[in-house]
Amino acid sequence: MTNLWMDIKHADVITVMGGNAAEAHPCGFKWVVEAKAHNNAKLIVVDPRFTRTASVADLYCPIRQGTDIAFLSGVAKYLIDNDKLQHRYVAAYSNAGFVVKEGFDFNEGLFTGYSEEKRDYDKSTWDYELGPDGFAVVDETMQHPRCVMQLLKKHIAVYTPEMVERICGSPKETFLKVCQMIATTSSPDRTMASLYALGWTQHSKGSQNIRAMCIVQTLLGNIGQLGGGMQALRGHSNIQGLTDLGLMSNLIPGYLNIPIEKDANYADYISKRQFKPLRPGQMSYWQNYNKFFVSFQKMMWGEHATKENDWAFDYLPKLDVPTYDVLRGFELAKQGKMTGYVIQGFNPLMTFPNRAKMTEAFSKMKFIVVMDPLQTETARFWENHGEYNDVDSSQIQTEVFELPTTLFAEEEGSLSNSSRWLQWHWQAQEAPGECKPDIEIMSELHLRIKALYKRDGGAFADPILNLSWNYATEDSPTPVELARELNGYTVAPITDASGATTPAGKQLDGFAQLKDDGSTACGCWIYSGCYTEKGNTMARRDNTDPGNKGIAPNWAFAWPANRRVLYNRASCDPEGKPWSERKKLIEWNGKQWVGFDVPDYGVTVAPDKNMGPFILNQEGVARLWTRGLMRDGPFPTHYEPFESPMANIPFPKMKGNPVSRIFKGDLADLGTSAEFPYAATSYRLTEHFHQWTKHSRINAILQPEMFVEISEQLAKEKGIVKGDWVRVWSKRGSLKAKAVVTKRIKPLNCDGKIVHVVGLPQHWGFIGKTRNGWHPNTLTPVVGDANTETPEYKAWLVNIEATTPPNDRVA
Amino acid sequence: MADYSSLDIRQRSASTGTPPDIRRQQEVAKLIDVSKCIGCKACQSACEEWNDLRDDVGINVGVYDNPHDLTAKSWTLMRFTEYENAETNNLEWLIRKDGCMHCTDPGCLKACPSPGAIVQYSNGIVDFVEDHCIGCGYCVKGCPFNIPRISKTDNKAYKCTLCSDRVAVGQAPACAKACPTGSIMFGTKEAMIEQANDRVVDLKSRGFDKAGLYDPAGVGGTHVMYVLHHADKPQLYAGLPNDPKISPLVAFWKGGAKVMGLATMGFAALAGFFHYVTAGPNEVEAEEEEEAIDMKARGARRSADEIRPS
Repeated sequence: MTNLWMDIKHADVITVMGGNAAEAHPCGFKWVVEAKAHNNAKLIVVDPRFTRTASVADLYCPIRQGTDIAFLSGVAKYLIDNDKLQHRYVAAYSNAGFVVKEGFDFNEGLFTGYSEEKRDYDKSTWDYELGPDGFAVVDETMQHPRCVMQLLKKHIAVYTPEMVERICGSPKETFLKVCQMIATTSSPDRTMASLYALGWTQHSKGSQNIRAMCIVQTLLGNIGQLGGGMQALRGHSNIQGLTDLGLMSNLIPGYLNIPIEKDANYADYISKRQFKPLRPGQMSYWQNYNKFFVSFQKMMWGEHATKENDWAFDYLPKLDVPTYDVLRGFELAKQGKMTGYVIQGFNPLMTFPNRAKMTEAFSKMKFIVVMDPLQTETARFWENHGEYNDVDSSQIQTEVFELPTTLFAEEEGSLSNSSRWLQWHWQAQEAPGECKPDIEIMSELHLRIKALYKRDGGAFADPILNLSWNYATEDSPTPVELARELNGYTVAPITDASGATTPAGKQLDGFAQLKDDGSTACGCWIYSGCYTEKGNTMARRDNTDPGNKGIAPNWAFAWPANRRVLYNRASCDPEGKPWSERKKLIEWNGKQWVGFDVPDYGVTVAPDKNMGPFILNQEGVARLWTRGLMRDGPFPTHYEPFESPMANIPFPKMKGNPVSRIFKGDLADLGTSAEFPYAATSYRLTEHFHQWTKHSRINAILQPEMFVEISEQLAKEKGIVKGDWVRVWSKRGSLKAKAVVTKRIKPLNCDGKIVHVVGLPQHWGFIGKTRNGWHPNTLTPVVGDANTETPEYKAWLVNIEATTPPNDRVA
Repeated sequence: MADYSSLDIRQRSASTGTPPDIRRQQEVAKLIDVSKCIGCKACQSACEEWNDLRDDVGINVGVYDNPHDLTAKSWTLMRFTEYENAETNNLEWLIRKDGCMHCTDPGCLKACPSPGAIVQYSNGIVDFVEDHCIGCGYCVKGCPFNIPRISKTDNKAYKCTLCSDRVAVGQAPACAKACPTGSIMFGTKEAMIEQANDRVVDLKSRGFDKAGLYDPAGVGGTHVMYVLHHADKPQLYAGLPNDPKISPLVAFWKGGAKVMGLATMGFAALAGFFHYVTAGPNEVEAEEEEEAIDMKARGARRSADEIRPS
């Protein structure tokens, strides 16, 4: 989230699209209810299904899954055509006036530089025109034919309300009502909060779905404002922590990159990441990348990371491919190239796309290790459970190790939530049986591997042998010890700008103190401040909220620097006055920035210095056009899902995202709409949390059995009766479920074609207290977002028919 | 929070006279704002947790309602209704938390023949005292909202207690505590009515002209109230009675029938005495007596069915 949960109460309009907050985030949703009750907010829901969120919305608009970019580009077009922009904001705080290099273009669904063979772009023209001073050329009038505003107008011209209706199946009148409601927030004192989740990310163009709303929000001046922002609602209590701490194959903590093979050495690596300002007077905070990186290396390898050895740069792995994401991982396993897998706290057999492929991949592995507090289907992938898991155990040689772990209530530590808060929690009870904390298991593993290397030697053992390991109990580091490392500490005395000195061995106050000379160590620069000399700021529980802003600065710790609303400098006009007194967050008092939140800006940088409010960006402003930062283009473009009932109307030559990676076998496993005519989507229900709560009796009572949701019209067409068994199948598999026949799913009219939506919730399996069932991953295709490789769980094709019960349910 | 603690009894089933020395306590109420409810079932979960109930794991029958009905082990339940509003052309998903309404004039208590099996506390809560319950099922028939359920295990009647045990120590009911959106509120009846009026103003501003409070006069008002978008059509919300009233049969049983019954019993006793004196002892089989009670119950059920809302 750019803002925080409590801040939603300030919104004047709330748009839930690409998510179902009432369903998946019922506790946070209270702030939407609060905004409606006490801020007279209007709630808009755009979704293929009339959801639980829609049940309390002021305006619901249906949409065909996988067409969000067309819809949102249509909204952006409406705002520009009807002059509903926050003009000063757009002029001063966005790159609307930046002039783009000659040569950049967009034709028939493709940007300049496409190679069909590589399924990738040469992005050399995707950049600004630079002036003789080395800075980007800006036309403040926004009239230059190659300036971003003009390119944007041209790019979205195709998304007229009529075109939106044809592509999305959203009735034109309802779409226009949505536009009108959203447009009311273009005035400086009104804001819209955009709430989204996996309904946007789980697409082959998921990142661009989000980009499309970023464009809308920037045009409206809603970023950095109270009640505005892009609110990414995270799906687990600590999934924010997962990405913050770099648990991705291409990241290290704090959103720094794992080097790639082309990064020959440290100097090379750092030069590509220490972004220089593209406009005069800009901060371009990533210029400090080297400080974050060196401090990370010092935390990892201590005295073994020296200036002489490039801060142990070569200890890090170098990626030969962009990512080793799960889709690639299981493709490799299927090919017999990935032979072991350590699974910590998740259930891939019932999660990752194409269950049959998952079973095949697991069956080819030598071993898997499952660390989980609960029984998972993954650990039982080899066991025959009738038609729910119809495998021949005698043919599977994979060895499975199950290591029971503690649950969150059985250990202390911190959880990072959607608001970017790190909240400490305390142990409530002892773990049962032989359960151990994950930290202890991983530590023992590390120590044993280290001992083996010590005894037997091996190729390049240095990164393992030299890893810093200074914990009171060697095989069981405490969460406090780890938190102190993440916060960072002085390795040698440091002196700050004012001349004050901090001796060695002290906890840092924040990342501003980090050095690139090896005198500081810090595990995750954005977490710096979470455990200072004053103590554990994550454990703070003071809910005092000056000004009733929903900020509560002394509750837990928010990264970065305890800042609650990102880009909050943009809540003021260029002169430093709040756009609206009602929504005041910070202001310039003549000497410095003061207010309710930690300023996201140089505290003493005066407004007349013309430093932009988006200090992390080289431009200092928000990007309507993203240069070469996205693999699939600087503007979002409508492409169909890889399995779709429709052709790509505006760009018939380009059906799916042209740069999404898809493996050969998976390409062959894609179905056509002739065979599989219905548009399927998958989602969660409030009654369950993923596949955890099927182990809990009460949750099992509340939602006992897998079902499929279809419209009354489709049910009639297929002779399906409410509550009866249906079979749903795709090119990749088949499952059975009960039919929920509902008015809440309506057939969509897309360009004259009737598109039926089939909805599949995702909480059942063959272990637990619920009835046996399947997960939609039996059916889903193996293709991911072009930028993140998040699988396309939200849009694919199926067929459906009435059927007989599974064998164990025959009366 | 105000001190709602009172287990002082105002009314008691099958008992005459007012309990002595009753202190008039502030009346409490639970307000369920249907327009804020997202149907998450946290209330159902909290109810099972707090009251230590564990219903059976059922099946899906093609709807979101699970369990499908109130049971002796499920005292509250979300009921989902898909309503196509012909006036606005909008689809509405009306989600109502069903459970005991805690009537000021409780039909269950009126109908109950077992002394002290149903009580009404001075704060308005209507509670079942299972120790005194004889499992006759009259409360089921007496309830205009179709709430009480007889357990197949112990043959006693169960329903929502409005967490009388929590309220007695100044806590809100478990469902209200768990509700994430603040759709379930709890306080004095007065405060809840005030709160409801605020909500009605908001709903009217959003185009729900007929929004209002459901606090039906036919049962003397209730201690569980709803804010409805369509207060003119409560029936839309999974059959919430438009104008609930205690079955005339219960009134009959409590009024004339009971007097006549007692008179008849007195006459019978007198006649019996003379019969005994004149003709000697007569044996009545226990079985016959049970059968007689059963027939009476069945008769009551039939009559009640005819006037009950579907």
